[in-house]
Amino acid sequence: MSSTSSTGAGPSFGTGLPGAPIDLGRKARPAETAIKAVLFASAMLSVAITIGILVALIEPVVHFFAEVPFREFFSFDEGTRFAVFPLITATMVTTVIALLVAVPLGLGAAMYLSEYASRRARKILKPTVELLAGVPSVVYGFFAVMFVTPTLLQDILGLGVGFTNALAAGLVLGVMIIPTIASLAEDAFSAVPQALRQGSYAMGANRMQTTLRVVLPAALSGVAAAIVLGLSRAVGETMIVALAAGSQKNFSLNPLEGMQTMTGFMATTAGGENPVGSTSYNTLFAVGLTLFVITFVINMISIALVRRYRQAY
Amino acid sequence: MASATSSDTFPQMGSLGDVHMSAERRLPDSPVNPVMETRDLNVFYGDFHAVHDVNLAYGRHEITAMIGPSGCGKSTVLRCLNRMNDLVAGAHVEGGVLYHGQDIYEKNVDPIAVRTQIGMVFQKPNPFPKSIYDNIAYGPRVTGMKVDNMDDLVEEALRGAALWDEVKDKLKQSAYGLSGGQQQRLCIARTIATKPDVILMDEPCSALDPIATARVEDLMLELRNEYTIIVVTHNMQQAARVSDRTAFFTARPDETTGNRTGLLVEYDLTSTIFSNPNDKRTEDYISGRFG
Amino acid sequence: MSIAATTARETVQLATGRSRERSPGSLVFLGLLWFSLFFGVMVLVVLIADTAIAGAGRFDADLVTRYDSTLTPERTGFRAGILGSLWLMLFTALMAVPLGIAAAVYLEEFADSRRWYNRIIEVNLQNLAAVPSIVYGLLAVAVMALIGIERKGIVLGGAIALALLILPVIIITTREAVRAVPEEIRQGSLALGATTWQTTWRQVLPSAVPGIATGTILGLSRAIGEAAPLLMLGLASSVRFDPEGMMSPITALPIQIYGLSSSSQDAFQEAASAAIIVLLVMILGLNGLAIFIRNKFQRSW
Repeated sequence: MSSTSSTGAGPSFGTGLPGAPIDLGRKARPAETAIKAVLFASAMLSVAITIGILVALIEPVVHFFAEVPFREFFSFDEGTRFAVFPLITATMVTTVIALLVAVPLGLGAAMYLSEYASRRARKILKPTVELLAGVPSVVYGFFAVMFVTPTLLQDILGLGVGFTNALAAGLVLGVMIIPTIASLAEDAFSAVPQALRQGSYAMGANRMQTTLRVVLPAALSGVAAAIVLGLSRAVGETMIVALAAGSQKNFSLNPLEGMQTMTGFMATTAGGENPVGSTSYNTLFAVGLTLFVITFVINMISIALVRRYRQAY
Repeated sequence: MASATSSDTFPQMGSLGDVHMSAERRLPDSPVNPVMETRDLNVFYGDFHAVHDVNLAYGRHEITAMIGPSGCGKSTVLRCLNRMNDLVAGAHVEGGVLYHGQDIYEKNVDPIAVRTQIGMVFQKPNPFPKSIYDNIAYGPRVTGMKVDNMDDLVEEALRGAALWDEVKDKLKQSAYGLSGGQQQRLCIARTIATKPDVILMDEPCSALDPIATARVEDLMLELRNEYTIIVVTHNMQQAARVSDRTAFFTARPDETTGNRTGLLVEYDLTSTIFSNPNDKRTEDYISGRFG
Repeated sequence: MSIAATTARETVQLATGRSRERSPGSLVFLGLLWFSLFFGVMVLVVLIADTAIAGAGRFDADLVTRYDSTLTPERTGFRAGILGSLWLMLFTALMAVPLGIAAAVYLEEFADSRRWYNRIIEVNLQNLAAVPSIVYGLLAVAVMALIGIERKGIVLGGAIALALLILPVIIITTREAVRAVPEEIRQGSLALGATTWQTTWRQVLPSAVPGIATGTILGLSRAIGEAAPLLMLGLASSVRFDPEGMMSPITALPIQIYGLSSSSQDAFQEAASAAIIVLLVMILGLNGLAIFIRNKFQRSW
């Protein structure tokens, strides 16, 4: 094969002498490098945001603790001006009520979607459930104050609750986080291999038994992740509790009473007349940091749980 | 397309003598001044040793076929030839791949420059979701090729891929409107539009029906006059019909891990491989005793 | 039936006429699942109906064309809130969309997921998506202090807070859209000698546009209903002029609703109910648009 024949459409070098120098050397592509740097910076921004949150919260908190002793902040006494524990217990009360509503309903919806619904039904039903997540929280809060407390709790159930109470806030909060739990739990159920279900059916189990005794246990860490994420949402949600739970610190576990949660406190304080830099204004950041740390830990648990079930299958 | 599988997957060869051999042309026993060579090529995916010590030389204006059972590493070797393996996370290569004597895995070699010289056609036709015209013009545009008249270049490439007459009236229409075989020839046209030196083909007909397969094979024989073609195929008849030389690969399971590492068994003129193979494993494979 | 009965007498009875799927326990269970599925919808229906009835008297032109008024509660309007929310959306999108797409493209097309810093970005994103919205408000307060803007309750601050809030949403949905573009397209492009960025810009992104648009709109529809972060930035509930620029003090519809819901005057609560319906219509409109784009333009590969 002589290699000097002309090739018409062929490449000029294609028929050149063997070893003819073809430049394969690295080319500087400054635009490409610059773009990559910009993209990387954008991605790193998310990390910067997290660090920014920490710095933004910690700086005023340092000022805060320069003026307020630790024991006054970490105090259970609702009479103490800066006590945080009454706020935390109030957040716990509303969150527990919310989970009591959202966990069974969210898991039930997820089970139906994953184990019972046909592919087509799921396509319609899933967005319907997710509609609930699209309603603004201020609207839920308004609904809690205008309907749930007066009509449902006072008139229909005859409970002696006040204008604001943890129960109404918790119930509505629960409705709001149903989609969070349902959607994540459905992912976990769907990730359970079909072979496990078939094994169960082959032994004569019906759909309910298969769902409860095979699919649910197999998806447990995913279900846990869903619940934990719902928990995080409930802890951090603001407008519902700001409107419906109460604006007075109340160290109580009685859901029929009004009580101010962490986020409720922040909403009230920010809306108030506290000058920037004042101790009362800095309380906002002290409570905000407490909230961030709590939700951060909860989120990390959820992420770790999701990772576990992803690894399992 | 399902009908293609019967003829594609396993050869029902009564006797190999029936198969038309393309290698009627007289070729030297081994490629003189090969365009590409692999030297002790080893490929790893993470800890997994995918290919072991492959030494091959690919001749100019020849069609070299790489055949073998699945998992024998033939596609992996092909993807090393234009550094498409770089895109697989964890892949790394030892040994060398020479292109006109330059090792394309050397540190200062630009994989993008390599790919402009060594084009690739894939198993599944993968036209871009653009018009036929833009599919062809894409390569010249992104590589910054100096083009006097893009229309001429598009026509030339489509004629080169024997597709012009079928699509000349619908150049602005989506490439997705073409049949599978036409799409694959479009992908070949797209590749030759950038005027490469070598064209790699990774089982280019496995998703096509027999008629479309025949057209692509005819095209390969035509392109041989201008390009060097390296084709991976699991269709032995195809290798016999189109290739000048054939490399037979097989997979050897690792005794401890059970991972299968691919290695080259035999490399020779296609006529020799199919009529008088040296190695028992080659003979078993091409006669269908092992596959 | 008689044949079946006689032949089955000694053998296992298969045709018992009772399905194990229809045992009372199973039926109750199925009923509970149905209840779970539709409970939320029922609440939604009650919520919308109750609010619509409460606000029925106020579906008039004043509601959207007038500013808020304490003197004539029955004619108070939400002009400033509606315009404020729209301005916030515009600037939120301008900030969050380019950043979010850039970050998503980096993570999907450039990042080597085995590198430790890319893994940190990954976990951090999942975490950010679950940070309470009120905390983003505090962050935006700090950002405003950092760039030395002391004015409270302005467009810029609110937009920064909302942009930070929806950034993770946009990144996550964009990544999904980008991931849906088949690998063969990328390989085809790279094999022709295109660079990674050329492949991304000319092949991947155009194909992912519908998915990105859908995700962005859904993110914005979340942002438009947010009140908590805006409260942190000191957005007032009463503003009686139209926004004029980034530094213009504004209010937002959710903030106005919040402001009125603590009022004891019936007229204000009626107005707030009507404003909620306006807000829900805006959100529904955005969601409808997102679904329309998804169905109309999304390519199934």
